[in-house]
Amino acid sequence: MYDVLIIGCGITGAAAACQLSRYRLKVAVLERENDVSAGTTKANSAILHAGYDPEPGSLMAKLNVRGAALAKELCARLDVPYRPCGSLVLAFSDQDDQMVRTLCQRGLANGVPGVEVLTGDQARTMDPNLSPQVTSALWAPSAAICSPWEYCLALAETAVRNGADLHLETAVTGLERQAEGWLVRTGRGEFYARYVLNAAGVSAQEVHQMAAPKTFTIHPSRGQYFLLDKCEGDRVGHVIFQCPGPSGKGVLVAPTVHGNLIVGPDAGPVEGNDVSTTGEGLGFVRRTALKSVPSINFRESIRNFAGVRAASDRGDFIIEFAAPGFLDLAGICSPGLTAAPAIAEYAARLLAEDGLALEEKENFLCQRRRIKFHHLSPADKAALVAREPAYGRVICRCETVTEGEILEALRGPIPPRSVDGVKRRVGAGMGRCQGGFCGPRVVELLARERGVSPGAIVQDRAGSWLLAAQTKGGTDHV
Amino acid sequence: MYDLIVIGGGPAGLAAACSAWGKGLRRILIVERDKELGGILNQCIHNGFGLHYFKEELTGPEYAGRFIKMLGDTGVEVRLDTMVLTVTPDRQVHMVGKDTGYRVEEARTIILAMGCRERTRGAIAIPGQRPAGIFTAGAAQRYVNMEGWLPGRRVVILGSGDIGLIMARRMTLEGAEVLACVEVMPYSGGLNRNIVQCLRDYDIPLYLSHTVTDIKGRDRVEQVVVSRVDAHRRPIPGTEMVFDCDTLLLSVGLIPENELTRQAGAAMDPRTSGAVVYENMETSLPGVFACGNVAHVHDLVDFVTAESQRAGQSAADYVLGRTGGEEEALEVCTGDGVSYTVPQRIRPGRVDKSCPLFFRVNRVCGDSEILVRSGETQLACFSREHLAPGEMERIVLPRILLDRADERITVSIREVVSQ
Amino acid sequence: MKELICIVCPKGCHLQVDEDRNYAVSGNSCPRGEEYGRMELTHPTRVVTSTVRCTGGAHPRCPVKTEGPIPKELIFQAVRCLDGVELTAPVRTGDVVVADVCGTGVPFVATRDL
Repeated sequence: MYDVLIIGCGITGAAAACQLSRYRLKVAVLERENDVSAGTTKANSAILHAGYDPEPGSLMAKLNVRGAALAKELCARLDVPYRPCGSLVLAFSDQDDQMVRTLCQRGLANGVPGVEVLTGDQARTMDPNLSPQVTSALWAPSAAICSPWEYCLALAETAVRNGADLHLETAVTGLERQAEGWLVRTGRGEFYARYVLNAAGVSAQEVHQMAAPKTFTIHPSRGQYFLLDKCEGDRVGHVIFQCPGPSGKGVLVAPTVHGNLIVGPDAGPVEGNDVSTTGEGLGFVRRTALKSVPSINFRESIRNFAGVRAASDRGDFIIEFAAPGFLDLAGICSPGLTAAPAIAEYAARLLAEDGLALEEKENFLCQRRRIKFHHLSPADKAALVAREPAYGRVICRCETVTEGEILEALRGPIPPRSVDGVKRRVGAGMGRCQGGFCGPRVVELLARERGVSPGAIVQDRAGSWLLAAQTKGGTDHV
Repeated sequence: MYDLIVIGGGPAGLAAACSAWGKGLRRILIVERDKELGGILNQCIHNGFGLHYFKEELTGPEYAGRFIKMLGDTGVEVRLDTMVLTVTPDRQVHMVGKDTGYRVEEARTIILAMGCRERTRGAIAIPGQRPAGIFTAGAAQRYVNMEGWLPGRRVVILGSGDIGLIMARRMTLEGAEVLACVEVMPYSGGLNRNIVQCLRDYDIPLYLSHTVTDIKGRDRVEQVVVSRVDAHRRPIPGTEMVFDCDTLLLSVGLIPENELTRQAGAAMDPRTSGAVVYENMETSLPGVFACGNVAHVHDLVDFVTAESQRAGQSAADYVLGRTGGEEEALEVCTGDGVSYTVPQRIRPGRVDKSCPLFFRVNRVCGDSEILVRSGETQLACFSREHLAPGEMERIVLPRILLDRADERITVSIREVVSQ
Repeated sequence: MKELICIVCPKGCHLQVDEDRNYAVSGNSCPRGEEYGRMELTHPTRVVTSTVRCTGGAHPRCPVKTEGPIPKELIFQAVRCLDGVELTAPVRTGDVVVADVCGTGVPFVATRDL
């Protein structure tokens, strides 16, 4: 019997698990995929929003501003790439100018620190590649960028190191209310828990309806992106938004913490988890982004991707008990990444109010450090390699990721089960050659460390097999 | 202090080091990131290498093997499994290896011979889902030829570059079914002989003026949609063909691997994606040379060898003070129909008898003339029966002609009889 | 009259072969092209390259080639005769891997040291 069982290990589930692992509780997280951070969390704009967008008084507004402050502290403690670069919302017309002023007022009402309206020239002084058409801009110094999947992973790892059980490839198939709590049926057996937290993202409605009558609808909304080579990474120094519209915050142009440039998203309704990209969607993103920053060189694109946001018909985060002991953390669309730790804090408070005793552990592990070879000084690199030779073998040449870092990840609290799992942990394959060079080497390391045949290694999700068969006879012969 | 550090132990690095040794340098180091010398040739197990240089047809490993043997007869030092992290303009080379540790070495000259990498799906923005089963042709080649794994059973190949064509045959021979080779241009990017012996021999259709417009499959590739394109390479709606397959191989171009070059501060040429080089393969950084696919993408390793030997000789000349001659340089400009030239600068005073010039054309032509002009003066004219972007052209400019040029020369093509 | 592209070297000459005039070849730029043109219509052959299993070396596969051209129709059969063959390192370039490929008298030989 678990005290709390969390369904879904995206940023919301991971933050909740991390928060609850501070207390003397038995906590489990069930994740359908073979890794954490496998849904919306791995495919979004990677922005920690300042908090001027949500309507004052909404949960989104409160949890965004609080979450942004918590994220800064968490990223520092857990060694998650984070850069407080600030954001600009650009205006191109009188109507936009009005919107920028409205956003500024909302920001002030929401308690966002330091927001102010700049002239077009002031904005161009801050970011010289902005369009000459920019008439004014909202400056929000507290916006930041981070690595969402590393953030999620850090939170989940912290939960695991503090005793939470993470069950991967464990999809929930049914929920049943029992006297003491909930029976949770999965593809890998049954679990019992006093409390169930629904952090199932795009599938939150489905999970909710296993436990309670329908109270909301999830309308999955897809956003498509370009990721550009590091040589475009300095094109802008801040997160560059356009004025938000009915379907979201619009197309942004931003540096990433890994040194690339991210451009996107568009927004469009999709069925379920459809993360395909389309020619039209990418064309729209390209055209719209050039309006903000005309000099972006899209020939330097290294990857396109799409993510699906779990927007709901309620227009705000849905954080409430849907049934006794069943707490929804649903409708977590933007600014969900930013709000996650505040959502977790809020959820813990709701559980406490419902009678769950939250006693702090004495030995809670709240620090995390990783070796990033590329960022070390020459002297530190030399010392590290002398001590641990595996850090001297560069596996991913584009991102300078070493065998030592990959082995460290493979022996970490949540070992990666796929090539992309390694990529999300250490960055191998994230660069301009997109794993063309390091892919086979990562497969070899994964197979060796996991004690399986290279033929059993997947690219990403279970089922995304890489190698069909061995050549030239033998057990796996074609 | 080394006389020469060669970065990369593939065909370019091997030829450069051997040549520099032959021309008198003695303190030479090759730094190779792989566990063995030979570079990409080790996975190119097909034959067709060496007809120019060895006058016989060798496989990639055999071609590499001959140079590795030649190198073994010299005193050139080799550091394997070692990655160069930084090259400074004053020729310090930072490198790291599991067994060799982190080291900073200094050299009088450096030869950049890092080769090239393959363009990926992201670079050409193919829409669709993102399942496993999309490989660059070179990555598939490594799996099949070196690691003994077949990456898929039903294959579509996008791009008709030579590696893609070669892989069409390899995958077929290993039991896969190759359904189509798709090329966006109206002509193939690979050598004609490879169209014949890799596609036609196995009845694999080649779709020219087509491209992949959608990829389907949640976890692994399940279908690839191919559409015809118009003259502007835009897909034509209604022309879609759907292939049920589990693998898409990409052979959509190679990009010189110049991160170190850029970081060192050498002037770059956006047309080659390599460093701007002089007639002796020297970059804008004195004593730093570039050769092989890092300077521009070649189709034949024999030409890589020849170019790299010149770079090796030039490094030796530089160290031994034999460089003399005037510094005044001619700029080589690209005229009509020419997409790049190597070298981009020629110092006639440094040219002994003649200077080879490589270039690529940007369209397919029949009977044509290659014109070399300086201002209004035509310096030279070469005729060709056939020109194609997939085939690198080579002309030789005698010193005597270069001496007549003023400031810049322009290379262009003119089709005599239109095809 | 048949049109062919010569595969003897990377140049890829466009050949015309006249079956009615004793396979007279034109369009070639070397004697090897002439031979290729005639052979391709009468008795087409290819050099076949592939790999075999190898244990104890730096890689699990060793590249091989037929030491000379073999009839084109035997290509698949030739490749299949490598299945199950296993070398043990050290292997030297030129080592015979299969002595007689499908009765042609041509051997498969290793093309690298391993």
